[in-house]
Amino acid sequence: MIKLEYYLIVSTLMFFIGIFGFITRKSMIAILISLELVLNAVEINFAAFNRYLFPEQMEGMFFTIFGIAITAAETAVALAIIINAYRLIGDININDATKLKG
Amino acid sequence: MEYSILILITPFVLFLFLGLVGGKLKPNLAGIIGTLGMGFCSVLAYSIAYQYFFVIGKTADTWQSVIPFSFEWLRFTELLHIDLGILLDPISVMMLVVITTVSLMVHIYSLGYMHGEDGFQRYYAFLSLFSFSMLGLVVATNIFQMYIFWELVGVSSYSLIGFYYQKPSAVRASKKAFIVTRFADLGFLVGILILSYYTKTFDFAALTANNAELVTTSFAGGTFMGLSLVSWALALIFMGGAGKSAMFPLHIWLPDAMEGPTPVSALIHAATMVVAGVFLVARLFPVYIFGAPEVLTMIAYIGAFTALFAAVIAITQTDIKRVLAFSTISQIAYMMAALGVSGYGDHDGLGYMSSMFHLFTHAFFKALLFLGAGSVIHAVHSNEMKDMGGLHKYMKITSITFFIACLAIAGIPPFSGFFSKDEILAAAFHNQPLIFWTLWVVAGLTAFYMFRLYFGVFFNGKRDYHHKPHESGFTMALPLIILAVFSIFTGFIPFSEYISSDGKPFDMHIDMTVATLSVVAAIVGIAVAYVLYFKDSEKPAMLANRFKGLYTLSINKFYLDEVWLFVTKKVIFNCISRPIAWFDKQVIDGTMDNIANVTQKVSHRVRFLQSGHTQRYIAFFVMGAILIAIAVFIFV
Amino acid sequence: MSPIINLLIFGGLAVAMLIMSVMAITSKSLLRSATYLLLILICTAGLYLFLHYHFLAAVQVSVYAGGVVVLFVFAIFLTTPKDQVLLKHEYRRYVYAALITICGVGLVGFTLFKTKFIYAANPSVDGYLELPMQDIGRALMGTEKYQYLLPFEAISLLLLAAIIGGILIARKDKKDDGKDESLL
Repeated sequence: MIKLEYYLIVSTLMFFIGIFGFITRKSMIAILISLELVLNAVEINFAAFNRYLFPEQMEGMFFTIFGIAITAAETAVALAIIINAYRLIGDININDATKLKG
Repeated sequence: MEYSILILITPFVLFLFLGLVGGKLKPNLAGIIGTLGMGFCSVLAYSIAYQYFFVIGKTADTWQSVIPFSFEWLRFTELLHIDLGILLDPISVMMLVVITTVSLMVHIYSLGYMHGEDGFQRYYAFLSLFSFSMLGLVVATNIFQMYIFWELVGVSSYSLIGFYYQKPSAVRASKKAFIVTRFADLGFLVGILILSYYTKTFDFAALTANNAELVTTSFAGGTFMGLSLVSWALALIFMGGAGKSAMFPLHIWLPDAMEGPTPVSALIHAATMVVAGVFLVARLFPVYIFGAPEVLTMIAYIGAFTALFAAVIAITQTDIKRVLAFSTISQIAYMMAALGVSGYGDHDGLGYMSSMFHLFTHAFFKALLFLGAGSVIHAVHSNEMKDMGGLHKYMKITSITFFIACLAIAGIPPFSGFFSKDEILAAAFHNQPLIFWTLWVVAGLTAFYMFRLYFGVFFNGKRDYHHKPHESGFTMALPLIILAVFSIFTGFIPFSEYISSDGKPFDMHIDMTVATLSVVAAIVGIAVAYVLYFKDSEKPAMLANRFKGLYTLSINKFYLDEVWLFVTKKVIFNCISRPIAWFDKQVIDGTMDNIANVTQKVSHRVRFLQSGHTQRYIAFFVMGAILIAIAVFIFV
Repeated sequence: MSPIINLLIFGGLAVAMLIMSVMAITSKSLLRSATYLLLILICTAGLYLFLHYHFLAAVQVSVYAGGVVVLFVFAIFLTTPKDQVLLKHEYRRYVYAALITICGVGLVGFTLFKTKFIYAANPSVDGYLELPMQDIGRALMGTEKYQYLLPFEAISLLLLAAIIGGILIARKDKKDDGKDESLL
């Protein structure tokens, strides 16, 4: 018998692993991958809450679907930016991308 | 009478036009446009005068105030609102005529005099602005409108006096004129505020109605330093007038202001700006006489003293324009003194009437004197009397018109100055004998220094001129002739029919005792001048030696400039300005600097937070979120 | 399936996901990270299946695994620095990150165990609760309460904007000599 808490534990851990990766990685693409983890954790939460607490409604699931779509869009744009940055500075190290810093 | 607004609009439009596009016009064209515009204004002024004096002005045997045009300009509260409008009553209509006439003469004259000068168009633009502000001043319906135009007059005179802005002395003079009059205007403004605070109005009509009832009732007996508040208010307002009208001790700007072009001197210092103070007192005359007669007495004494003081200085000055400048101060002081000794109503108001009368006649003959002087300066290229002499045979027109003006100012019948001066003396004779005798002496001195000037310039031997002086051209001679005609005949106008302190006409007649005395004084003055100066002689120098002390004092203008310099530089600068400057630099600037420094230091410290490192941001963000969540847990 | 087997499978999935998450963020090779991400996403789809969200699982696999990860892989290929230098480890940063992570996990875990979730049915026990596809379609295309046409359209616009933005940003500059190959 799988409890709601199990899902939540998984998503919490995944969320903070993502945060940890976001802070520690240098490569912009790795940061983006960490971000995907964070978002994925959140989406698991949505779906689990929806199914356990309000099984007759569908908000959580739709939020997840929209979240996935938004993530996809965001990833596309972010990767485009990274590729452009790479063209400019020849690197994808986040610490090198300081041109926009005042 | 609605068209009377045009008399303000025309010069203003001219100013804008000449000021903005004048530079693109040919100089002569700009001058002619300005002159034509001013001619139009003059026609308007004469037509208004005709309409007012012969058609609509008088009802029930009293001259009424007509307000053909008025609107609320700024409305702050029910009580505090500033209106703009046109007020026509005998004195403002008279001033319209005087200003436009003299201004037109100056415009025409300048066509010749200023020919070929740099900034000819600018000159005409400023002339228009000056005329505009002066006209606005005299037709003001309320004291605040008057103040606005008053300051405009100050500004435009500043730019006219400083017309030769390449000349340091002209710049200094214009600054001096502006600062001194501005300083006086501060008093004016404070006076206005006190007055209107108690009476709750700016309006002249409301202030002066029913023997200034409003003023006498609304000041509830408040006193300050022994003088009642209404006296303070009126004395401060008079201070503004004294600044513009160059009363002692605020007269110091006027002689220096002769640095401006001579026609400008004629316009500003003969006919218009300097009489603004007289006009102001005349405008508020009922307020003065019913509200604070002691201030009026003070005005009389200041006037008499200034008249004497300036006349004494004028005797020794050698700069032709400076003689005229001090003569102007003296004559304006005459008018002030006349106002000061005046009573109210009917024949008691003789002083008021004679003051206005003298203002009227003086405007013409003084403008004539200045323009004549300009003509001489134009011919010999110098201001100093020692460079002149024997010009009579070269410059017949100038000489004769100058002679007429001298007779007029000396008060020889039947020239205009005689009548007005006689009335002033008569008014003083009946009220304040001391002032009468002072003014009588001044009359003699006036005749003396004017003829000293006249003989010294036009006769008195021969000088070797590099090139022969020649009579000025038509544009310069014409105004001289016109003004000479005015100087001869304006005295015959029955002034008391039109202008009186309470609006009711009264009969004036020439007081034979006074007339005889004044003519005697004038003739003595002329005779002495003739003896001393008609031929080149040693006598003046001998006299100067005899009265060396007085002579030195006089030629140095009683060291009043130095006194002022001492007061401002040593006393005010050191005792007031320095500490204030120190306070400003150390405390106020220091506070601001420290705020800036602290901000800079703090931001330097926290700058690393804005590192541009995304990861650091997210770390702070998550930390913050966690802290908030913990806080929520603990406190909620 | 019996509940025990269910639980075992769930546990296996969860543990695998967490391990792979750690691998994904620690692996030196970006390509490996991307592969771990792919596996994590597929496992997440498995979790959705446990929740009986079949449609969601399908979307997860097709969009995430099929779209986003492929994008990642391309991006990695396009940007791998030629001279890849190993970055010096900044231990301070690791300490900070660990601190934050532990705090966060502690806080959320504390919340989790303090909160009592009350739910009547347990989908892992109460059998088949699959949403009919028709309901999903209606909900997406309707404008009434609990229907999502507006967000749906908004998302479609967002995707369009993302496409245009991606093209604009990644497009090769015309002045460029053509050294780099464009995404398009």
